[in-house]
Amino acid sequence: MHYTLRNKLPSTALFTTVDAVLNWGRLSSLWYLLFGTACCAIELMQTGGPRADLDRFGAVFRSSPRQSDLLIVAGTVTYKMASRIKRLYEQMADPKYVISMGSCSNCGGLFDLGYSVLRGIDKVIPVDVYVPGCPPRPEALTQGLLVLQEKIRKQRYLAREA
Amino acid sequence: MQPFELTDLGAGTKEMMLNMGPQHPSTHGVIKFVLRMDGEVVAALDPDVGFLHRSIEKIAEKLSYPDFMPYTDRVDYVAAMNCNFGYARVVEKLMKMEVPKRAEYIRVIVAELNRISSHLVSVGTFGNDIGAVTPFLYAIRDRELINDLLEMLCGARLTYNFVRIGGVAFDLPDTFKEKAIAFLDTLEPKLKEFNTLLSENRIFRERLAGVCVISKEDAVAYGVTGPNLRGSGVDWDLRRDEPYSVYPEVSFEVPVGGGLVGKVGDAFDRYWVRIKEMQESAKIVRQCLEQIPEGPIMAKIPRVLKPPAGDAFDRTEAPRGELGYYLVSDGSSKPQRLKIRTGSFAAVSIIPKIAPGWMIADIVALIGSLDIIAPEIDR
Repeated sequence: MHYTLRNKLPSTALFTTVDAVLNWGRLSSLWYLLFGTACCAIELMQTGGPRADLDRFGAVFRSSPRQSDLLIVAGTVTYKMASRIKRLYEQMADPKYVISMGSCSNCGGLFDLGYSVLRGIDKVIPVDVYVPGCPPRPEALTQGLLVLQEKIRKQRYLAREA
Repeated sequence: MQPFELTDLGAGTKEMMLNMGPQHPSTHGVIKFVLRMDGEVVAALDPDVGFLHRSIEKIAEKLSYPDFMPYTDRVDYVAAMNCNFGYARVVEKLMKMEVPKRAEYIRVIVAELNRISSHLVSVGTFGNDIGAVTPFLYAIRDRELINDLLEMLCGARLTYNFVRIGGVAFDLPDTFKEKAIAFLDTLEPKLKEFNTLLSENRIFRERLAGVCVISKEDAVAYGVTGPNLRGSGVDWDLRRDEPYSVYPEVSFEVPVGGGLVGKVGDAFDRYWVRIKEMQESAKIVRQCLEQIPEGPIMAKIPRVLKPPAGDAFDRTEAPRGELGYYLVSDGSSKPQRLKIRTGSFAAVSIIPKIAPGWMIADIVALIGSLDIIAPEIDR
């Protein structure tokens, strides 16, 4: 760092809103739950892997819903599984976000013909971002995460609560 | 290592019931295990399956024969090509259809490439379950290269829908051969690197030596197939013993578990068989790329497939064991009944037999080494 800049920094004031700082913190550390229901879980793994490298956006996986901010519903949700996913969602601490990954969790997808598949995870829990594809490529999921970050950036928690 | 004897010490302790899954990092998908625990030792284990029952077999009855092909991708999404292959074969058997030689070679090439990528996921996640996170990232990195190859071939990375009834969808692109050989050339050193990282790691070896041994008799009695069966020391591989497609025209060895660090049939043996199989698959792909003839890639098939009434069963060697399709036709354009038998289903059925007496941490090693996958169990 430049010498004069380093000298000036301690006495510098930054003007921003509390909302902006909170949102910046939230969007920069979106820890997602290590959880995949079906095929999309493999692409979720690849997205977390070395090539797509989701870590660079501050998203790392956690094994416990108590430590996660983001639930990526990766894959088909059956009726038997739906209540468990709702419970997982409820176990997460606020603020929490949901990305619905792939056709199956968006709307039932290919398994719309089946008798045991939930037609869309949004019937059970609220969804922030839908990522289309069967399965979506890692690039598509990364884009979904960036869209979610932009969404969080515009949130006005304090204004709404007041 | 030996399983613990459960004895009542008269201390008035009670067994505890513990739910493992459906959301658990080491259950490999949505499977639940209900464990009865005596302290840290498992007294009984009960698998609760069906969290990913997507009614694939019922959907088969609603669709025409070719329309069902995308669904076979989802039977085992880590090895979709092998599932495509098996389904195409059973319909061809029912229709008594001849498939062009070139198509058969392409099928074997993609199936073996997919076997490598499936085993990479298997050994990578197995290391991850045991506590070694880095090898997982190495495996995922190498898997991307296979994904690139198959993407070049058919445009999809995971669910290919590439094999057709009567042939394959596309011919090999011009540069496929060079790229595939370049990949195979890099695979060998990468496997060596992987071995130094994980297989020769003393912690990993001693952690798995003699853990959760499946005896030869048990493996056969429970119908365990594939690498898990070979890990128990049974020399049985459909590709060699019941040869299909062009497997008789290539030479390869069938790796069998030999108790390298512990007893025959322990968790390490099952892991080691998969590492060896990747090398053999690489050999098969090399030979196929050399021997592949010119010619058509699709047989002449009618616009609407109407197999004669009757039934057919066909089994192929998929990465998770024998994949059997049983198809009943009533002469119409839709199957009357399709039954899919998978290797993971047999593998999960042996877990309650092996688990009692082992610590809960060893159960994770057992599940990881069996390489079960949820959609294959539930379908």
